[in-house]
Parts: sequence; C-alpha cells; structure tokens
Amino acid sequence: MMKAQTPRSVTRTLAPTPFHDRLAELNFLNSWRGWNGFLSAEVFECSEKEYFAIRNQATLMDISPMCKYRICGPDATRIVNRLIVRDIRKVKVGRVAYAMWCDEEGMTIDDGTIFRLGEDEYLLLCAKHMYLWLHECAWGFDAAITDETEALCALSLQGPTAFSVLKAAGLEGAASMKPFDTREIEPGLRISRTGYTGDLGYELFTAPENAHSLWDRLWSAGRQWGICPTGMEALNLARLETGFLAPGVDFQPVHLALRRGRGRTPFELGFGRLVDFDKGHFNGRRALLEHKARGPRYHLVRLDIEGKEPAANAYVYHNGSKVVGHVTSAAWSPTAKRNIAFAELEAPYGGAVRDGLFAEIFIYKEGAWLKRNKKAKVVDEPFYRNARARQTPPNAF
Amino acid sequence: MDKQDSYDAIVVGAGHNGLTAACYLAKAGLKTLIVEKNEQIGGAAVSTEMYKGWIYSNCSYVCSLLRQEIIRDLELPKFGLQVVPYRGRVTFSDKGEYLASYDDAHVKRREVGRISPIDVDAYDRYYQLVMRQCRFIRPFLLRRAPDPTSMKPRDVGELMFLIKRIYDIGPRDVGEMIRFWTMSIGDFLDEHFEHELVKASMAGSGIIGTGLGVYSPGTAYVLLHHYMGDVDGSMGAWGFARGAMGAVTKALGAAFESAGGVIKTGSGLSEFIIENEKVRGVALENGDEYRAPIVASNLDVKRTILKHIGREKLPPEYVRAVERFKIRGSSGKLNLALDKMPSFPLLPENGDYFTGDFSCNTSLETLERAYDDWKEGRWSAKPYFDMLIPSKIDPTLAPPGSHMMSLFIQYAPYDLNVNGVRSADNWNDETRKAFADAVFDRIEVCCPDIRQRVLHAEVRSPADIEREVGLTEGNIFQGELTFDQLLFNRPIPGYAQYSTPIDGLYIVGSSTHPGGGVMAAPGANAAREILRRNGKGDLMPALAEEEI
Repeated sequence: MMKAQTPRSVTRTLAPTPFHDRLAELNFLNSWRGWNGFLSAEVFECSEKEYFAIRNQATLMDISPMCKYRICGPDATRIVNRLIVRDIRKVKVGRVAYAMWCDEEGMTIDDGTIFRLGEDEYLLLCAKHMYLWLHECAWGFDAAITDETEALCALSLQGPTAFSVLKAAGLEGAASMKPFDTREIEPGLRISRTGYTGDLGYELFTAPENAHSLWDRLWSAGRQWGICPTGMEALNLARLETGFLAPGVDFQPVHLALRRGRGRTPFELGFGRLVDFDKGHFNGRRALLEHKARGPRYHLVRLDIEGKEPAANAYVYHNGSKVVGHVTSAAWSPTAKRNIAFAELEAPYGGAVRDGLFAEIFIYKEGAWLKRNKKAKVVDEPFYRNARARQTPPNAF
Repeated sequence: MDKQDSYDAIVVGAGHNGLTAACYLAKAGLKTLIVEKNEQIGGAAVSTEMYKGWIYSNCSYVCSLLRQEIIRDLELPKFGLQVVPYRGRVTFSDKGEYLASYDDAHVKRREVGRISPIDVDAYDRYYQLVMRQCRFIRPFLLRRAPDPTSMKPRDVGELMFLIKRIYDIGPRDVGEMIRFWTMSIGDFLDEHFEHELVKASMAGSGIIGTGLGVYSPGTAYVLLHHYMGDVDGSMGAWGFARGAMGAVTKALGAAFESAGGVIKTGSGLSEFIIENEKVRGVALENGDEYRAPIVASNLDVKRTILKHIGREKLPPEYVRAVERFKIRGSSGKLNLALDKMPSFPLLPENGDYFTGDFSCNTSLETLERAYDDWKEGRWSAKPYFDMLIPSKIDPTLAPPGSHMMSLFIQYAPYDLNVNGVRSADNWNDETRKAFADAVFDRIEVCCPDIRQRVLHAEVRSPADIEREVGLTEGNIFQGELTFDQLLFNRPIPGYAQYSTPIDGLYIVGSSTHPGGGVMAAPGANAAREILRRNGKGDLMPALAEEEI
C-alpha cells in the first residue's frame, strides 16, 4: 500500500461536516457552535420550534461530529467485553447497546452506543476521543481499530413522523426494526432505530460522498411530514426530558479530570444495572465490586422542582442548611410541564434520604438577581416517555 | 571616594529576585539599599538597545513563571509591567517537516494527527498528566521548603502540607510524581508518543538551561518547571513582557523606590563585611562601604560564598557543599536585529499565525547528540534553539516592518575546548562567530534567508553571560534544577531556608527554593524568612494562593 502523503497544513477553523452546505442554507440565525472541532448548528431559526418538531413532527440533525470507531477482527468481542461494563455477548448481531466504560478504579470514562455489525465487528459511537484508549484495550488482541469519525457521516431523524419520512423516502424496510435494531438498509446506508431524544427515531450513516443525496432524499420526503432541522439547543432539552446523560455536563469523564475524586462509577450515575459482574473480567470490575459492596458515594438523580424557573447550576440543600449537591442540567419541560433537572447529590441524599431537598435558584430579571429556594422531588422515571417511541411497526405519527 | 552609610538591610544584586526581596523589605519598613555592579538594574532580565531602534531582551526572554501573586501584590502593572501571552509554537525537522501548536484544542489535535494519528489522544493524556503534576507543585512555589529534620511547628506544618498535597493527588499520580522527579524527559516522551518530531517538539523544555541531555535522569522535572507557570491562570502559557524583559525589573525597581528604597548602580561587590560570624555590611569595589545587620545576596550561591567571603569565616563542610553545587553553563544567546520578517517557506501562510517559539530539532537522538558535543567541551554541531520574534506582537521592540529575534541556544560549554585545552578564555570574537555560524546554519532549516536579514547580531557565550550578568558559568537558573538540588536540598542541605552560616547573611536568588526562571518566588520567600527572623513576619502578606 502506498503511504498517503502527509498534508502540509490543517484547517484552522471549525471544520464543516459533509452536510454543511445543506445546513447553512437553513441556518437563518447563522448560529453555530463547535462540536468536536466541527461546525454544528446551535439553532436554525427558533429552538422552540425545533424542539416541538422533535415531539410532534420529524427532525433532522447532523450528528457527524460524534466520535466513531470500528473494532473489527477475531478478538473484537473480547476487546469490547474488556472495554465496557455490560456483556456484549448478550447483544445479538444487528443490535445496538447503550454502554459505559470505566478505568481500573471503576470510574466512568465515557458512555456511548455500540453497534454489533457482525460476529466480529462493532461500531462504537461516543462523545469523547477514544482512539488511544481503544488501542490500549486492544493491545495484544487480534483486531483492527479504526477511527471512522470522518469516514462516516450521520443524520439523526427523530420525531413521531420519523418512520413516515423513511417510508416516503423509500426506506419502508425499516418498519420491522425494533428499538436498538440496526441494519444496512441499502448498500452503503446503515440505519439504526436509536436516538438521543426519547421519541421515535432513527440514525442513518453513510459515506461523506453520499451526504448530500441522503439529506435531499430525507428532506424532500419529509416535507409532507413537517420535517424541520434541529440544533443542539433543542436536542439538549429533549435529551434531558428523556433522561439521557451528557458526558462532561452531568458527569466528569475521568480521563479528562485533573483533580482527584472527580470520577464517578456507573452505580453513582444511576446505571448500575448495566454492570454485569458475571461476564468475567472487564476494566474496573474489581473496583466496581468494592464500590457496589460499599454503596455509592453520590447519586445522580432526576429532580422535579417546584416553580417554573430552571435551576441551572443551583446548589441543592437538605432542610435549608446543608449543601448536599448541585444541579448539572436543568430546564422547563414543555411536554411534561414540569421544572426538571439532573442533580448530583452526596449519598445518602438522593438514595436513602429523598425528602427535604431544596434547590437554591438564582434568577436574573431586568437588572436584579432574585433568589428562590424551591422544593425538589427525586423522581425515578424519565420525565417524559411515550409508547410510540417503542412501537413496532411504528405508527405514521 | 569613600562613603559610609547605614541601612536596615542591603540587597546585593538588582536581579528580579533581589529587587523582589528588596521591595518586601522596604514595604515592611526597613531602610533598604540595593547595590548593583552594572549601570542598569535588572540582572538577567533587561532590555537593551544595542542597535539603534531595536530593543533586545539580552538574557531571559519570555515570561510565565513570574508569580501572579507577586505582580499583583507589588502592583507591578501600576509601575508599567504588562505581560502579553503569545501563542503557537513550531518545531521543524531536517526532513522538511514541521509540527505546529495551535490554540484551539481541536485544531491542535488535527495538527498532531496530520503527522501521527496515534499520538493525538496521547498528547491529550500526556498534557493532563503534566498539568496534574504542575498543580501539585505550584502551591509550593511561594512557601518555604520544609526542613524534614526539624520539629519546629512551622516545619512540621510545611511537611503536613506536603503530605496533604500528596494525598490529594492520589496514589497513582504520586507514582507518576516520583517518576517525573527522577526520569529523563526522553524516556518519558518515549512512553507516550511514537512520532519522533512529536517527541522532539516537547523535549526542549526538559533541557533548557540544564547541563543534561534528553536521556539524562532528572530532565523530566526541568520540563515541569517550564510548564508550571501561567499567564492569567492559563497554566503552561508563556508571554512577553511588553518592552522586553527589562520591563519586569524596571517595574520592580520603581515599586522598590516608591516604597522608599535606594538603588546604587555601577559598582560591584568587593566583599561582605563579616565580624564574628555576623554580617555587618558590604564593601564595594569602588571603596564605598555600607553597613546593615541584614544583607541579602541575589548572587548565586557559589559566587556569594566562594568569591566574596574569606574561606576562614566559613565551616569547611559548607564550603565543600557549595563547591559541589551544580551550576554548569550550557547555553548561549543570539539576539538579532532583522531588516524585515525572514521567510518561513515550510509554513502555511509563511507562518503569519505563529507568534510563539520556533525550534528545529528532528528527534530526541539529535538532541542527545547535541549534548554529547557539550560534554566534550564543544558547542553542539547542530544546536537546539528556542527562537522567538517578540516584535511580531510587541510594537515597541523594532521599527515598523522590521523585527527583533531572540534565540536561546543549547548546548554551549562554559569552558570551551580548543585544541584539547578547556577554558572560558577560549571564548573570543573568533569562536563566538563560529558558534553563531553553527546556529545560523540551523536557523536556515526554517528561515533560508536569515543571514540576509541580519542588521546586527549579539552573540553571547556562557562566559559572556557570566562576565556581564554575574551568573556563575552563565547558568540561567543559578544552579541546575535536578532533584538533588531542589526543595530542602536547594541550594545546600540544612540551608534551604535562605540562610547561610553567617548570621544576617541570606541568599535570595534562584539558587534557592523554588529555583530559576523569572519567577520572583525565591526573592519573595526569602524576604518573608528574613522578616520573620527579625520579628516582622506579619508585615508581609501571605502570597500563596489556594489551588482550586
């Protein structure tokens, strides 16, 4: 194989994704942010409109900046099982699994989804860069790790009419797909019934050269189904309602922490059920066994807070005097009609002790700061959940 | 002309540490005098117009370690100090490759990935590791080094602080810490990275100012020492003092004078006046004498003890330890007045973006070979340089359109070997020119037209730096920053708290904890110790800030 010539220079701007031309036409506010070094839309025109399209119609979002790694080879299953806390052997070919992975001390490095593409082939999607970590986990094993972040571009099609859009685009084959199914629906086009919104939705992956045709196909098919582009702001609200964590926001990925004690176990993040101690050794198993026996030090919980002012960055108090934690994400939920938040509380608060919690909310109104102490109730279920998201075959809307 | 005056305290040497110590003594109400051998104050932090219209930072050339707490406490901005961060460094290889560093984390990742994809995440991880170690060390900079053999409450307190910091970084990073303090930078980089240029681009910080090679144990710490500074809280960032490095010492001098201090320049120290193991003042070369019960020496420990005090006045063990102190000359300087910006044909847009350091070192091996030359008493055939063009962002240094270029060069020996004879006297116009030629040859790797751009060049060997500034062997740190000479071993075990066997005589320069660089921490720490020993410790504010 010829060695590719080293390029002479790099792009100094945020990099456009393969969909950028299409996004730019629709981004009336010209409102962009960086996502993994790529240009990503914050808002196209109105984040409220975009949010309601997620819950009411269909939306398209460019998720190409997600980190994507392919793990392929005879030892791929062993590598993945060494990496993550759940048992990948229980995930069949053609299925997608939500996963967390930990360091030796049982602290969460990142979370993401793992696509089982074949017996010995996986695609890992996550928020943080894992190339070196995957290589280290694969050291001595027989498998190839490739970074496909730029080799695959991706769109997320989310909302109650998402399936109708697929159907109108000639992809009605997706009808039989259950949540967390994935398949190559056409040569060069992979689809999965996954998403970050808690609504009916699909994610589609293709090579960058097919980006425009994929966008145009879905966009024109979606016209009669209310399709709308969405930016990060709307997505963030949808993911919070449905209870998805944002790494770096709701927990500190341990590899990126300078300070001791900032790492959290999957138990502390509310995902203890993912940890499978029966599958044999995996990274962090021994430490996680100890953590499980000792009990969590923290609880990442969902809070339902009285009033309507979002409790962003609020301290959480117990009985008015003792600070027991802080809010990590907060919003008014337009669909659940509740004032919702994720908060990290020191054990036993949020665990055995769930009463007497208050959020100290600072509200800025026209030159003045108001402080409000609002009752906060720990809730176990996601703030918003709907049956249409799980129904197979999906309804038209 | 014989003069006799009395002061509460005398500081010998107007380098940045002497000035800092003097500021704190004067602010505590002591009638304080600074004596300086050169006509201008500043020591190794000076700005000089050696060619009309071009200002050089003759010795120290960049600013990061200068403790923000001191800048703020002494109100140096009020006295004209402005530190401007610079960004973007580039390393060139002989193979025509380059590796740049960009501000934005993602652009930086792309750049490393351009030449070595596997090193991209490795860089992030390595940087985290270095930053954790820096966070560990930084709180010690403005504290007295503990004396592990003392049971005095303050020393026990300092040891407890050390233990608490060790607890805070956790068992894994304590292991890394011990490695960092003892390993070579070469071994360390080899553990993390694959691409030679990636490694070479980071290795320079491990050897700067040090008579060691990239594979010599101890050099990993030297790298930390270069990363633990900050500009406005951005750890590891470096900046220029607007108006060149003299701006730092000019501001310190002005702060000192506004606190009522007196500066006398133009005559060097002849000797410390000592009676019955107690210092009484100083005698200058011009015959002037000044009396004070406290004398603080900004000279390095070797010069202070071996050149200006009769040996009979000192314990032999102590003198022996001072003689043993490693303070070897390993670097030179080249300051250039350029008619216009030299070209950087290897760089995109001719390198317009880059305002940081340029260097040219292909691999760790080339750096190690450069060290081999030094061991034999020769300057490196392919010297390492750290090259900056501060006039790219500082408009005060050169006429518009033209530029001032500063190069720190390593390795160059103090006692140059010519025909088998090693002597500092071998440095003369001829050898200096040959040394500069070796450097120009290397600059041509990145700037082929450099020789055509030069209007004036100032070439300084270690021997020149010793003669002009006073630093023994021209060592920029007043003693190498290796673990055997740090913390409670700096400069001399048992004398790490700025004192000497002579009552009232203190050492306040970079020979003392926490060491070299334009940091001002030794001067401030020493002033506190002096005031404390004289019952005035509470007249100086605590400077060490909490590391959050």
